[in-house]
Amino acid sequence: MGKLILTLDGQELAQYELEKERYTIGRLADNDIHIDNMAVSGHHALIINILKDSFLEDLNSTNGTYVNGKLVKKHALQEADVITIGRHALKYVSGKAAAAPGGDADDFEKTMIIRPGTKSQTGVPSMDSVNKAISGAGGAPIDESKAAGLPRAKLQVLSGGFAGKELELNKALTTLGRPGVQVAAVTRRADGFFVVHVESGQGHGFPTVNGKEIGAQAQKLADNDVIELAGVKMGFYEMK
Amino acid sequence: MSYKGKLNFVGHSDKGMVRPNNEDSISTDLETGLVVVADGMGGYKAGEVASGIAVQTLNDFIAAGIKDAHKHQGAAAGDNFSAESLLLKNAILKANDIIHQTAKSQPQCEGMGTTIVACLFYNNRVSIAHVGDSRLYRIRHGQFEQVTTDHSLLQELVARGFYTPEEARKSLNKNLVTRALGIEPTVEVDVQEDVVMPGDIYLLCSDGLNDMVEDADIYLTLKTFSANLETAAQQLVKLACDNGGRDNVSVVLVQPIKSFEAQRGFFDRLTDWFS
Repeated sequence: MGKLILTLDGQELAQYELEKERYTIGRLADNDIHIDNMAVSGHHALIINILKDSFLEDLNSTNGTYVNGKLVKKHALQEADVITIGRHALKYVSGKAAAAPGGDADDFEKTMIIRPGTKSQTGVPSMDSVNKAISGAGGAPIDESKAAGLPRAKLQVLSGGFAGKELELNKALTTLGRPGVQVAAVTRRADGFFVVHVESGQGHGFPTVNGKEIGAQAQKLADNDVIELAGVKMGFYEMK
Repeated sequence: MSYKGKLNFVGHSDKGMVRPNNEDSISTDLETGLVVVADGMGGYKAGEVASGIAVQTLNDFIAAGIKDAHKHQGAAAGDNFSAESLLLKNAILKANDIIHQTAKSQPQCEGMGTTIVACLFYNNRVSIAHVGDSRLYRIRHGQFEQVTTDHSLLQELVARGFYTPEEARKSLNKNLVTRALGIEPTVEVDVQEDVVMPGDIYLLCSDGLNDMVEDADIYLTLKTFSANLETAAQQLVKLACDNGGRDNVSVVLVQPIKSFEAQRGFFDRLTDWFS
């Protein structure tokens, strides 16, 4: 597992083995890694251990947290990274060098399932320890049983004979337009709705979004975008 | 409807350089328009059993239900997915059920599971369904895109801001899927639909490919050999093996050759506006 080596002006002060899910770093005595220095905030930063990797998160400290000289908010720690907090330095040693390719390589690439609850097989980590680490950092726990809601939106015709007509985009794929004139499709994905140009008849130009022609790639639609297709203007509206 | 001459399907599956056997299973069928890649996991040879059941079940289920599904002609079925999408989703749910039951009844198959990624092509469209970290990529107009989002611990952590996608590539927390077929009595299947455009190239693959080969190299290979899908598939497998081949590697490539629009009534075409 990983460890941190605390130094000040080159002098080694302490070593910390990273065994549990989270370690707090700060000036106050209740921190796991206690650094008594005015440049360090009471609760300055957090180390989170998720399985084989360690992450650093700054806790809105006054003077900031630096990794290899760069100011960071959240950072996945790499071998030999040096964390600077105030004038103190914490060097991260991953301990991954021990996992030499060879005997370990076989299991290294094996796909395994990680599920809520206790360890189900040897070597398969428990989701509980992962979620503990994640929620320690203020993240939402991983719960695969909750399906993410799909986005909702509608189109409203803004011009021509059908003005005012609404169409809720409740299908995974909706085609719009007149074959031979102009056809576009709107796909619903987890992260939003995308419009893609399918075909244009001779001399009919290309559909536009907010006046700009839709290129060859699917374009993500934003709330209040105006689509013009085969001479008809339509507004795209997100629905909560 | 046969898609021969309208779609080009090529599939290759290799055990790689390290594993003693191949626990991936793939299939392509020009009669139904279905392509599948499944990556099995489990003790001893149970992974082979799981991925094999997944592929077989999907092909059987789709073959039995496809004619009926096509009759719906785009009218929204339940969940506002097309009838074809629902057929694909239900086929995967059925596979989950069979794998789960088999795992319970055979001690040497205990705990077995499989990822799956499948595409069903019809009417110049495609239904895409997946569970796990096997992927669908697509090249369209020179742009290379990963179409499916992995159901993996790594992806969850990227979504929560713990890793950037680049850092995720270097992580040792790879290959931990949060969803798979056969593990639980029910499973959540991700389903998408999209149009199929001339010039598209679709790549379904197990993680044995994308773990060994960078996206940029996958794209370059497909671009270079886009005129010969068979060569492209062989090259991808070779690349994965040359880079270590630490896992089974499977690739299925799909290229539309001609429009495969379903027949529609004269009046449907004329009066359609919103559909």
